[in-house]
Amino acid sequence: MREKILYLLGVAAFVILARDIFVIARFPPEASQGNAFKIIFFHLPAWAAAFTAVGASLVTSILFLVTKNFQYDAIAVASTEVGVAFLTVGLVTGSLWARPIWGIWWTWDERLTTTLVLWLLYLGYLMLRRAIEEPTQRATFAAVVSIFAFIGVPIDYFSIRWWRTQHPAPVFFSSTGSFPHDWSVVMGWNILAMLMLATVIVAVRLEQEQSQRELDSLRRLAHAF
Amino acid sequence: MATIATPEVTASPVRHAGSGASALRQVFVIVAKDLRAELRTKEAVNAALAFAIMILVLFSFAFDPAADETKMFAGGLLWIVFAFAGTLVLNRSFARELPNDCLDALIAAPISGAMLFLGKALASYVLVMAVELVALPVFGIFYYVRWYDHFWQMMLVLALGTWAITVVGTVFSALTVNIRLREVMLPMLTYPMLVPALMASMQLTADLVNGKQIWGPDFIWMKVLISFDILYTAASLALVEIVLVG
Amino acid sequence: MHAIAVEGVWKYYGDYPALRDISFTTAPGTCLALIGRNGAGKTTLLRTIAGFSRPMKGKIEILGRQPRETATRRDIGFIGHGIALYDELSAIENLMLYARLYGIPDPRRRALEWLEKTGLERVRDGLVREFSRGMRQRLAVARAFLHEPSVLLLDEPFTALDDRAIAVLQRLLREAGSKSRTIVLSTHQLREALELATHVALLNRGRVAFHGECTAEMAADPGFVYARYGEG
Repeated sequence: MREKILYLLGVAAFVILARDIFVIARFPPEASQGNAFKIIFFHLPAWAAAFTAVGASLVTSILFLVTKNFQYDAIAVASTEVGVAFLTVGLVTGSLWARPIWGIWWTWDERLTTTLVLWLLYLGYLMLRRAIEEPTQRATFAAVVSIFAFIGVPIDYFSIRWWRTQHPAPVFFSSTGSFPHDWSVVMGWNILAMLMLATVIVAVRLEQEQSQRELDSLRRLAHAF
Repeated sequence: MATIATPEVTASPVRHAGSGASALRQVFVIVAKDLRAELRTKEAVNAALAFAIMILVLFSFAFDPAADETKMFAGGLLWIVFAFAGTLVLNRSFARELPNDCLDALIAAPISGAMLFLGKALASYVLVMAVELVALPVFGIFYYVRWYDHFWQMMLVLALGTWAITVVGTVFSALTVNIRLREVMLPMLTYPMLVPALMASMQLTADLVNGKQIWGPDFIWMKVLISFDILYTAASLALVEIVLVG
Repeated sequence: MHAIAVEGVWKYYGDYPALRDISFTTAPGTCLALIGRNGAGKTTLLRTIAGFSRPMKGKIEILGRQPRETATRRDIGFIGHGIALYDELSAIENLMLYARLYGIPDPRRRALEWLEKTGLERVRDGLVREFSRGMRQRLAVARAFLHEPSVLLLDEPFTALDDRAIAVLQRLLREAGSKSRTIVLSTHQLREALELATHVALLNRGRVAFHGECTAEMAADPGFVYARYGEG
């Protein structure tokens, strides 16, 4: 039953994204940046999904520390992995965006820089988990790092933003300027689709975590004999 | 085999009053121990100082110290040196408790995790500041930089920025002390976390080195630095016990 | 009031139960020898009682309090596998450090007292790095005993001790016993331990297979308990 729901959710997400691609392709090119601007339809939702994912990581990390229930740890690691994946999408789409407009593969635009720093922060979380064998210690330490990392999110966002106002760099996503209504609608659908996709991946990853934990405990039992 | 002597015993009475005063005294005991042990061997500070000077030398090949542009980002350079050299000291903070299982005895002792953390952070702070205060004049000489025009403002930035490095480095030193790849994981976790604090310190130092004071439009960076210090110190004090005792 | 009360304690490493449903109590003044094969859970049990990690399920009380409470920690002396002393500091510096941490009023006097009791007064200014193995072990014993804890938790304290150190430790343990201190020591050295023990507990794969008074039979033939209650 659960698998069927996940399957449907995943298919629905893909259908929405596919349809949106068609719709977006037919939109007129944007005034200053041409068709490249349309990357925003994937760049922004990826960011929304990433932010939701790391938020989930924070909440479940705190819940794990309070309850010691490993289910929360599994959700924390799954959502952080998904968060890092979507941050990567954000970085790649940002890069693909910059190339046709500025001819460069990277710009220290405030949002891209923030994405990069968060990507490094949560990559640290994932690397830490790799470095700890014992499951309880791994879950506890990872939860602590997740809390510290999340404190960094607002501080990073504002600091980098202030830095950019003082040291201007090529900016390709201005939040000013009007966004036509039908574009906003498509954007909304894309955000929904990305979130659905994120949920599916987290659920799949959760099952994998569960199996891994069972394997681990069986292995330890075997060693004990 | 032996026999039980007398069954009458109760728990020993609590030995002293005033938990606040004794907690601070315990912090001081830890600070004194770490400093005494480090000053006997001087391993970490020597390595950190040598490393700092080495980076300054290497950077002089990458950037021309005599050029005017270098003065613009010399302030930033300085904090890269401090962050990297500081990590050498901070790595040792909890690592020095590993030989002979000393960490066990500290955890078993009637000292709270937060006080233990504070003691170690303060000791590391003294050591890192010492390295920085030696590296700073060297930096001034190598890069033709007048860092002493607003001396006390410079010291203030140094003090706050170094505390940021210290507090994050110490809490992650505690976290990584018993795990694999400790030397890799500590910088991997610490540097991204320090980005806002380093940005603030770099901007303020760049200002001071170029003759501007910190009370100007860049004062916002002081606020960033102070907020960072407060937030991360609070988080560390709250969470370090969980890190030390499973 | 029990000196140590363990009730329904389970300790997991991940999903693997290292301690399963451990329950026992120890009256004050008892000397409990904790025996069992490697991997049976002796070290885990001692460390959990000492408060190094929390059990997944169950309760532990030491002298009626939680192990991690400050007052309890002041009353526990622990010797683990390492000596827990700083190589770069001298013997007296090490002991004074711990004396101060434990809030002892005259740290220097107490440190000197225990250096004498362990036969180390002549090397009090020597760095621990330069000590022989036996000297290091004796200093570790001084460290664990100097704040005069009511409860002593010793993890294989006789392992790799030289004769002099064994003698010192046995003497100090007897002295502690006569002052009604509670001692739990895990050991492979059954003979030395059973001379001192009033009670014996056998751990087998995380469970208490036997817990009872140490009889003359056991002291005479250490293998007896294993044969009767354990596996091989």
